[in-house]
Order: sequence, then structure tokens, then C-alpha cells
Amino acid sequence: MLPHEALKNALEKSEESALVAFLTAGYPEPKNFLNVLYDVSEAADAVEIGVPFSDPMADGVTIQRSSQAAIEHGVSLSWILDQLGSRTIKSNTPLLLMSYLNPLLAFGFDELASRALQVGVSGFIIPDLPYEESMPFKTSLDKVGIALIQLVTPATPSIRLNEICQASQGFVYAVTRTGITGSATQFPADLADYLAAVKEAAKVPVCAGFGVRKSEQVRMISRHADGVIVGSALVEALERGENPGEFLRNLRP
Amino acid sequence: MIRPNEEINEKKLLRALVDGKLPDASGRFGPFGGRYVPETLMPAIERLTEGVHRLLPDESFNHKLTSQLKEWVGRPTALTHAARLSKAWGADVWFKREDLAQTGAHKINNAIGQALLAKELGATRIVAETGAGQHGVASAAACARVGLPCVVYMGELDIQRQSPNVDRMKRLGANVVSVNSGDRTLRAAIDEAIRDWVSDPVDTYYLLGSAVGPHPYPFLVRELQAVIGREARSQLETHGGLPDAVFACVGGGSNAIGLFHGFLGEENISLIGVEAGGRGDDLGDHSATLGSGRPGVLHGAYSLLLYDDHGQIQETHSVSAGLDYPGVGPEHALLKLVGRVKYVTAKDSEALDALQECCELEGILPALETAHAIAGARHWASTNQGARILIGLSGRGDKDMPILSQYPIKTNDTEGAENAAA
Repeated sequence: MLPHEALKNALEKSEESALVAFLTAGYPEPKNFLNVLYDVSEAADAVEIGVPFSDPMADGVTIQRSSQAAIEHGVSLSWILDQLGSRTIKSNTPLLLMSYLNPLLAFGFDELASRALQVGVSGFIIPDLPYEESMPFKTSLDKVGIALIQLVTPATPSIRLNEICQASQGFVYAVTRTGITGSATQFPADLADYLAAVKEAAKVPVCAGFGVRKSEQVRMISRHADGVIVGSALVEALERGENPGEFLRNLRP
Repeated sequence: MIRPNEEINEKKLLRALVDGKLPDASGRFGPFGGRYVPETLMPAIERLTEGVHRLLPDESFNHKLTSQLKEWVGRPTALTHAARLSKAWGADVWFKREDLAQTGAHKINNAIGQALLAKELGATRIVAETGAGQHGVASAAACARVGLPCVVYMGELDIQRQSPNVDRMKRLGANVVSVNSGDRTLRAAIDEAIRDWVSDPVDTYYLLGSAVGPHPYPFLVRELQAVIGREARSQLETHGGLPDAVFACVGGGSNAIGLFHGFLGEENISLIGVEAGGRGDDLGDHSATLGSGRPGVLHGAYSLLLYDDHGQIQETHSVSAGLDYPGVGPEHALLKLVGRVKYVTAKDSEALDALQECCELEGILPALETAHAIAGARHWASTNQGARILIGLSGRGDKDMPILSQYPIKTNDTEGAENAAA
């Protein structure tokens, strides 16, 4: 089975709504990365590993802070890939890399795709790569069957939304509101209609998130989507030194 | 994007550029440009692109813009013969005086144009970023002029080194927000302005100050700054003819692209962009993006960039806050690729010397950014004696007084200047 199909299946087979967790790689301590990743993998249905970038323009203060700290500790895309390649105990939970485009460009698209396949990455999420510009990297990922997960937002017009949903592999990332990651927790009033439209257009599961912090929010979104994405809130839990697995299990409705 | 083994037809690309066919429909200047922004911004960018293509050619919009440029900005700006510098350098030196424009720099051409556009497009609020503070001041003034509230993001370091401009912005009614994330200079200010825009893409208009960013900004800013090159060209034609060489400083590259566009089609005119060589050649010591950058994506465009082996954007250095930026407009990246513009550097010390010489010989205090263009021209003149040179005097240097006070005045007499140039 190709990695993007395995990702799709993992999210579909989850009985409850799936939980997709985001963590900044190597944060707070690079030496604990694989342990944290394992704990998070055991509590989530898919894990987004954030590749730190110097200019995270779509991220709020939490992920800016964690990215900055990770970079200062020497975390880079090649370090992350090496760490993943060195794992002795692996969870079956699919792993995704979430990265701004420049670190991927610097690595080289084709080389990255084959290395990502080797170390067990199922998909990529790239916040500054809109659908129109995605072809060069998608071409590289297609050669190895890794998913390029596309994002839609409540502001995406319907024709565009259909096109993007059709193209997305693994799942569709439905951003629940405009803004940067981690900020205000108010969801738009028409969230249900919006997510219904995304589900209608998508051939793969729909996972929704942006500003999800509480289990009531997880419950609310899971009524309308196949999965819920938790990012900044988990990074904050890591920042506070909490057990990330426990934090995620408490979020589940 | 540049793909391995892809053949670039330089002549054809240059022809397309001269003929006004670039950027293409996808916002590309050859391999460079494009729109690398979060999906949340795409509808806003589509609306802006539509608005730009509808309004820029529109007669009534142009009438409004032209009358603001004439009555409020003070255009056309003067063309000044730099007689004593000419003598000192052994050349025929002319300045296009953007320092005489309202608020003291070329930035106002773009700011008033975009503020009018924002008003037409129904925006209720403007956000802008600023490095040296010139774009912030221009945005604050333009917003006051058209009646829109204005928020200016400015790096903490830049706030310290350009304090007179911070007070001017506030006086002009803008809300200046200090950015203490990232490199605390222009780059971080752009990140923060984009975050603000992402949070409210419908009512907020992002007034980007340089020819960088996602399409349509590099195109829009170029079109609004092209007035510099058009005016300079026609002024020179009535003052003895076209130049042999044209110099402009390049940070993001808006004054340079505006000036160069008046002369792109004249193949015998050398176009030379001068970047900040800072204090040395090592990564982190300069801002010479075109000189030593690699293709990459920052702030919405694929262009040349300074970044490390892991793709992290590099911190830069320049004595001039306006040039202290690790990226450059995509059109400059293309102009370099096709070889139409030559990009050189001037070091901090060379810019400071050029600034002093311009003060003493011409009675003009140029901005530190501008001083890089003068330093580049001075160097070129030393091996091109008698040449006719046009320099884009992009802004005035009053804002740089806090920095200049750290450098004691070195008195240059004319002979001293000649020796230095040799």
C-alpha cells in the first residue's frame, strides 16, 4: 500500500473521530524528540512533525517560539529525517512533515521524497504552498506515493474548494478560521456548513483544526469532520513539561 | 522555479520583459515570482490581482493618482546636475531627486498609489511593514491623505536606529507596532504584517513597500515606481541625452526597478544595482542577495535569497536599515539571470564615505541606502572616465542622523575624493 493510502486508511478506520497532533520537532529538547514522538503517536491517529523555520508567517507566538528554540538547538530537516531513520521502536501511526517551503527547496524535492519514504513519512503539509504552486513538489512526491495534503479555509471560494479537495491526498486539512495558528478559540458560526461542503467535495477524510484547545471543541468539530487537528495547544503542553500523550487522551471526547 | 537541466532562454525572457509581458498570468518573471502564501490569503490576493488589473489602466483612477502625485507628492521631482561631484569623479553625474518627494523618499509613489487602490477596493484598514521607516512614514502620510487607519510593523532594532521616523509615523497618525520576534528588523516586520493580514484578509489591505512579496505586489510596486524612470528619461533627453549608466541601490529593489524600467530597452545603457556589502563577505555580514543568494521562497515569492544549508533565512547586516533584508524582488532575480542588470556591492564604509562626499560637494544629505548607489557609481566612474551617469537619489538622510552621529566626520576635499576613487 502506498503511504498516502495508508494515511487515508488510518484516519478512516479510527472509530471515533481521528485525532491529528502537531509537535515542533526537537522541542523542547532535541534529545527527547523520539520519546515525545512515540508518546504522541500512541495517543494520536496521525502526527504532524513541524520542521522549524526562521520565518513562520502563518504561525502564532507559540509555534514561533518553539520553532526558534528548535533552530537554536540545531534542529533541521536533515536532522529530523536522520532521527526518524534511527528509530528502533516504531508506532504504526502515520507521520507527516509540516514545513514551510524553503527548507524543502534547500534539501531538493526528489532527494527529499525518496529520503522521506525511507524513514517512514506518509505525507507533507506546507502552509506557504498553495494549490497553484504545488506541482513541482507534488511531482516528486507522486513518484514515491507520499501524500501532499492540501489546505482549505472558510474563505476558499466553492469552485476552488472543490478543485483543492479533489487534489488532496491522505486527507484534506480544513482550517477552521482565518488567522494564524494558536490564536482565538472562537469558531465561525457557519462551521458546520463549511465542513459539510468540504466533506462533500473531498475523496479523502477531512481533518479540521486551527485554535483547538479544549475537549468541547474537539467534540464539536468531530461532529462535522473525520478528524480534529491539535497543534499550538499540544506545543504549549510540551512547554509546560506535561506528558503529551496524557494531554491528548484528555482532549478526546 | 528553476529545475535542474532546464534551459533558460535569456534573450526571449528579456524581450518579454521589455515588451511588458512579464509577469505572466501566474505572476512569474521567468522562473521567479509566483504566489507562495497561506491558503487563507489566496482569495484576498485574487481580489487584489483583479483590482490591480482593472484599476491601473483605468482613466479615472489614473487621474486621481496623477493629481496626487503632482499636487501632494510634488512630482515631477527634479533632475539635478551634480557639477562638483562630476568634476571630482571625472564624469558627468546626474541625480534623480526622489529625496525631494513628499516624506523624503521614493516610497511615497507606491504608498499613495496603493492607498488609493485600497480605498477603491473597499478596505477599512491598512497594515504596512517598514525597515528604515521611510515606507512607514510614506504609508502613514498616504493613509492620512486618503482617510484610512494605518498600522505599521517595525522591527525593534530598526526602531532604535531610525527613531526620527518612528516619531514622524506617530505624528502622522499611524499606530507603530514594535516587532521583537525573528531578526527584529525588516524581515520580521514583514512576517508580522503578513500575520496581521492573514487574520483579517477581507477588510485589511496590506500595503507592501517594496517590489517583493507574492504576485501582484512586485508588479504593482514596479508600476507605481516606474514614474521615476519615465521622468528621469524625459528630463535627461532635454538635458543633453540619455546616460551611459544608471545606478540605484537595491534592498527589496523598488526604487531600482522603477528607475531601471525607463531604460531597460536601451541595450547600450548599463544598468547597475548596488547592494549592501555590509562589513564583510561572510554570510550574515552583508545583505548582497543578488550577489550571493540562491533561489528560494520567502514572503510569498520565489526569488534569490540568503539562507543556510538547511533553508533557514539568514540574518543580514547593513549600516542601512532599508537594505538590511535577505531577499530581493523577483524581477531583479530575473534581470540578473538574463544579464541585463549588473549587481555590485558597496560596503558600509564606502557608503558612509560617499554620503559625506555628496554632502560636501553637492549640499545634499542622501539616505544611507542611497549612499550605496553613489558609492557604486563613484567606483564605476573611476574606470569609465567622462561617462554620463544617472544616479537614483532615492531618499534623504535626515532619518539617519542617529547612526551618522556614531561616525565622526571625515573631511574630504576634492582631491581627497579623487584619490579615494582611484
